[in-house]
Amino acid sequence: MTSSATLIAPAPAPTLHLSDDRVLAVDGLSVSFSTSERTVSAVRDVSFHVDRGETLAIVGESGSGKSVTSLAMMRLVEHGGGRIDAGRMLFRRRSGAVLDLATAGPRTMRAIRGADIAMIFQEPMTSLNPVFTAGEQIAESIRVHQGKGMAEARAEALRMLDLVRIPEARSVLDRYPHQLSGGMRQRVMIAMALSCKPSLLIADEPTTALDVTIQAQILQLIRALQDEMQMGVVFITHDMGVVAEVADRVLVMCRGEKVEEGASAGLFATPQHSYTRALLSAVPRLGAMAGTDLPREFALLRMDGEAPVKEAAPQATVKPDAAPILRVKDLVTRFDIRGGLFNRVTRRVHAVEKASFDLYPGETLSLVGESGCGKSTTGRSLLRLVESQSGAIEFDGRNIRELPPSAFRDLRRNIQFIFQDPFASLDPRLTVGYSIMEPLLVHGVAKGEAARQRVHWLLERVGLTPAHAQRYPHEFSGGQRQRIAIARALALNPKVVIADESVSALDVSIQAQIVNLLLELQRELGMAYLFISHDMAVVERVSHRVAVMYLGQIVEIGPRRAIFENPQHPYTRKLMAAVPVADPARRHLRRELVTDELPSPVRALGDEPTVEPLVEVGPGHFVARHPIGAFGR
Amino acid sequence: MLHYFLKRLLGLLPTLLIVSVLVFFFVHMLPGDPARLVAGQDADEQTLALVRSELGLDKPLPQQFVTYFTHIFEGDFGRSIRTRRPVSTEIAERFMPTLLLTLTSMVWAVIFGMTIGIASAVYRNRWPDRLGMTLAVSGISFPAFALGMLLMQIFSVGLGWLPTVGADSWKHYILPSLTLGAAVAAVMARFTRASFVDVLHEDFVRTARAKGLNERIVILKHCLRNALIPVVTMMGLQFGFLLGGSIVVEAVFNWPGVGRLLVDAVAQRDYPVIQALVLMFSLEFILINLVVDLLYGVINPTIRYS
Repeated sequence: MTSSATLIAPAPAPTLHLSDDRVLAVDGLSVSFSTSERTVSAVRDVSFHVDRGETLAIVGESGSGKSVTSLAMMRLVEHGGGRIDAGRMLFRRRSGAVLDLATAGPRTMRAIRGADIAMIFQEPMTSLNPVFTAGEQIAESIRVHQGKGMAEARAEALRMLDLVRIPEARSVLDRYPHQLSGGMRQRVMIAMALSCKPSLLIADEPTTALDVTIQAQILQLIRALQDEMQMGVVFITHDMGVVAEVADRVLVMCRGEKVEEGASAGLFATPQHSYTRALLSAVPRLGAMAGTDLPREFALLRMDGEAPVKEAAPQATVKPDAAPILRVKDLVTRFDIRGGLFNRVTRRVHAVEKASFDLYPGETLSLVGESGCGKSTTGRSLLRLVESQSGAIEFDGRNIRELPPSAFRDLRRNIQFIFQDPFASLDPRLTVGYSIMEPLLVHGVAKGEAARQRVHWLLERVGLTPAHAQRYPHEFSGGQRQRIAIARALALNPKVVIADESVSALDVSIQAQIVNLLLELQRELGMAYLFISHDMAVVERVSHRVAVMYLGQIVEIGPRRAIFENPQHPYTRKLMAAVPVADPARRHLRRELVTDELPSPVRALGDEPTVEPLVEVGPGHFVARHPIGAFGR
Repeated sequence: MLHYFLKRLLGLLPTLLIVSVLVFFFVHMLPGDPARLVAGQDADEQTLALVRSELGLDKPLPQQFVTYFTHIFEGDFGRSIRTRRPVSTEIAERFMPTLLLTLTSMVWAVIFGMTIGIASAVYRNRWPDRLGMTLAVSGISFPAFALGMLLMQIFSVGLGWLPTVGADSWKHYILPSLTLGAAVAAVMARFTRASFVDVLHEDFVRTARAKGLNERIVILKHCLRNALIPVVTMMGLQFGFLLGGSIVVEAVFNWPGVGRLLVDAVAQRDYPVIQALVLMFSLEFILINLVVDLLYGVINPTIRYS
């Protein structure tokens, strides 16, 4: 295939020199996006290089230009309206020829894309075409670049699926993306990217959308394949834990510019730039709270300089002998799946199975687990946003599940929700002031001037200004919107706040600020949080107690310190082990490559899961004693 | 899929039943007396009564209703009051010209409309888009009777290339199908464009480009099938409308189709013909919708039937 491409490639000029083991050298790259109104420069004067077999991580928060940089290397940035204004991107093809990607023609670029440089994207859900089978999507790449026939390309696709350790590769060939789990889709993406043995792999947040145990598998896989193929890897991520896990060298970007570059170990140990230091101070690290019982705020460094770090006070907000504000007993929530000629129930999703827990005033109880474990459904069941089948939810001594609608509305005042997506959870056509005021009006708590005063007070409380009340949601950043969502949740002085993945969609530094805000508000107002999250490190930071959920059941519950320092259930241990730690010195040793998937909570009718009773193993620390082998490995 | 198909076919029966009941009562509530229209303005009371009893209109409404339904179940839709011929022959004669006209109009409209739509989406906000959308807006806003007469003036009267009215040779199909398809093509162009613009922003399009595919394959293979769902929905709806016979176009070109049959039947209060036509239209719509729904599954494997 290279014959046609090399014909068109510009003859290597003497200036295009690249040392032998170097795959890519980017020099002074600048990219801008122009719209009819203005020109935004997204990347300014960025230089870096990647060697054969090396992993360079590009780190930064949203808007730092890290993804634009990666798209510029592929010259895909032009399809999004971007323009490469300056810079050279010298690249060594597999054939050994060196060329400048910034000036290569469209046909040369097409021959390079997918063959010499391959890319893996963030969302395996949407990055695969839903209407073609996994096998066809891999084979297509092979056909285009290696000129193989249908059958041959298919055989090669099968070999690639084996290479990425997909179980039952032959059946996956003919499956459509929606029939595969997130982890399997990302494996298919990797198989597709590596099918032509590229010399450079660009991975743009490849594990961000995945569960932590699956993330660990994918990271290991990329590492192993990189060793086999001696590729250079550019790993783009916002997650410092992942960086520490995979990177040889790190490039930190901020607002389109390179801030710092260096070997991974050195950068984590002694960051030079204040931005890097501030970023690292905001990263939740698993184990950072070891030896303490109470949650504590992040000690955040300021981005702009050397503000002194004040050691935050521990969160002693739980009164020792208070009665629980919320008691959940044997909660069961299931969803019916209907099918057949007469729409009869054929199977059920066992989302929550006999979950029991208490929540005390001023306490943060975290529900952790991976996708599909029922943690969000539990939160929703409490507010009856979904109907549960049995069990009791007692708030202030009254069973929520049996309340008539009128009494229930009153109760909703006391339990408020903060959702994950601050972009979707605010009405774009209402001013944020009105959004915050609405609960006050609906429940007749305040109106007119009093309500406005309350809104102003709330906005100030969450770190915004009263003037913000007149604006619309699109004028705010993600972090600000989440502050607004918090202000709205607090408008009615709730006793319980359910925070469902409330900080997951935010950048690290914003995430740390919001976590600190939540802790601060708890100290002042004394409400209880039910903190639903998949992020173990954040959970460690905020929780008084933790409940680990697996397949709808609470398998372990207890004080945070006990759970994190002395996990008893095999699943809890597995979850902990999978969390990447933002410290290259604690990089997980090469573990065996595992490929197991999360089991499904969908069961046939009458096939009830066994719920093991919780056994107390320490003060307040309960564990389900599942038979050995049920969680084996 | 088979379950789904059977379920939908079963669901068809109650719908048709309700439609036929409603149409029966609506038709009989229309002002005007068919017997008077058949017998003529000057007929006396006696003749009128005779005609009425011959048509079965003298019986009480519930009884007529029962007779009507028992006959339907036997497959007998009665005889036309106007021509005294069986309704089924009457409709069968008119159905084929309408079907053929609909098919020719749909074929050119879909090909033309989708091409314009795709070009507009790919060259969004550039001249092909502007031109395509100008054409589309004109196609929607230019009334069919005016377009028909304009075309006839140019190609039949002026240039003498094509026949004016009637449905005897393939040449007769050209002008009516152009006229009938213009609005459909315009709607298809706009739908295709909107749906394509959405798909072009999807992540998998970026993946396809990152594989090094050339732009033509990215668009025709990876985007087209994903963009097709709303387009197919619209196609089905338009097809259903056209099958009902275009009253205006059939009038302009003196086309012997069901549209004109319906107009004549209503004017003459030809109860059996009106009832049978309306029933047929709703059956057509239901079947087309079923086909469209099944097509969804062929186009997009993520759609599951239950």
